[in-house]
Amino acid sequence: MATYRDVAIVLRTHKLGETDRIITMLARGRGKVRAVAKGVRRTKSRFGSRLEPGMLVDLQCYEGRSLDTVTQAELIAPYGDFIARDYAAYTASAAMLETADRLAEEGQAVIQQFNLLAGGLAALAGQAHSPGLILDSYLLRAVAIAGWAPSFESCAGCGAPGPHRAFNLASGGAVCSSCRTPGSGAPRPETFTLLSALLTADWPVADASAPEVRREATGLVAAYVQWHLERGVRSLRLVDRSETV
Amino acid sequence: MYEGVVQDLIDELGRLPGIGPKSAQRIAFHLLAADPADVERLAEVLKVVKAKVRFCERCFNVAEGPECRICADPRRDARLLCVVEEPKDVMAMEKAREFKGRYHVLGGAIDPMEGIGPNDLHVMELLRRLTDENIDEVLIATNPNIRGEATAAYLIRQLRDVGVTVSRLASGLPVGGDLEYADEVTLGRAIEGRKVLQHV
Ligand SMILES: [Zn+2]
Ligand SMILES: [Zn+2]
Repeated sequence: MATYRDVAIVLRTHKLGETDRIITMLARGRGKVRAVAKGVRRTKSRFGSRLEPGMLVDLQCYEGRSLDTVTQAELIAPYGDFIARDYAAYTASAAMLETADRLAEEGQAVIQQFNLLAGGLAALAGQAHSPGLILDSYLLRAVAIAGWAPSFESCAGCGAPGPHRAFNLASGGAVCSSCRTPGSGAPRPETFTLLSALLTADWPVADASAPEVRREATGLVAAYVQWHLERGVRSLRLVDRSETV
Repeated sequence: MYEGVVQDLIDELGRLPGIGPKSAQRIAFHLLAADPADVERLAEVLKVVKAKVRFCERCFNVAEGPECRICADPRRDARLLCVVEEPKDVMAMEKAREFKGRYHVLGGAIDPMEGIGPNDLHVMELLRRLTDENIDEVLIATNPNIRGEATAAYLIRQLRDVGVTVSRLASGLPVGGDLEYADEVTLGRAIEGRKVLQHV
């Protein structure tokens, strides 16, 4: 039986039979992993809460034909535990984990995606910034790593230096007056500034943004992600922004 | 594949939660070999359960009438309300014999990745009960795992301005598991030692 060891983030879990769960994880070396955790729903399970969404674990598995089996999981960081105590952070983390799950299907740039997700979860758990900002920054950078980097300064169509006034989803961000096509929006200039800050993780600028600017940026980020990910990200609809914006 | 009706039986059993194709086959052949009276009883109870059992209009526990047995029992303390995810959690709490109040069954936990938000659960009905009934304390007994904790965090936020005492099962409960698998002694202690989060 082939066994392996990796560092992994738990993305989601599904019940299996009476007391087991299938654990979907993003592993630093192997990418997306699906493995059975036996007896994990019993309150005296040796896995405890280590295989819950948002947990970072040192994982050992043996390979199976369709599903692997978890033999050991040691906790590295209980991000999920901290995040669950704050409802807004929990809903933001769900959207991050679902996006990571979807992007992992492509199987490219796994280490970069892993590091970005681990960083995002750590920021949510540590309440480093507003959960909504952490989520939007994560989403922009995750789709950028996947090959769909938006541009918020120079024109996404021809590269002409900005700032520009129009925004076009299909072109990939800001567009100049000659690249502008019907259906382009015209967000506030401050919204372009915030989107740039989120994409480059310029936190002092992002933290200082006004609520109405955040709202507009959030709408554009969601539209951009849904545009690139077929079937969309279901958790985005349920992200709680009532106390953060 | 088996002949018509035998395969139908295997297929139907295989659609039940937690039953894979092999178990479905095993159960099907067990039923074929079983005493006809036993199988008759099983078939009858399946029909009756669907015809008679519904959800309590007050608390959404399983009930045979408009209200469940617990809501209809005048000896239960109506000022004390325990919020759980599913009817099977009511059973688990009742086995511990420590809780003397009534229940409110949410119908699940908040799980955005599965598309389940607060509006998909009986949260509005809970808030309505808190205005309509004379409830002093709400004990939140969602599962001791991340979905359950996050659901508790949401409820605690919603109950902040309602003017009730809010408590949570003691943290002695092992995390990661489902409430239904907690043994009676541990669960009893967790109810007894519940932590008050908000006092009025
Ligand atoms: Zn241009
Ligand atoms: Zn009832």
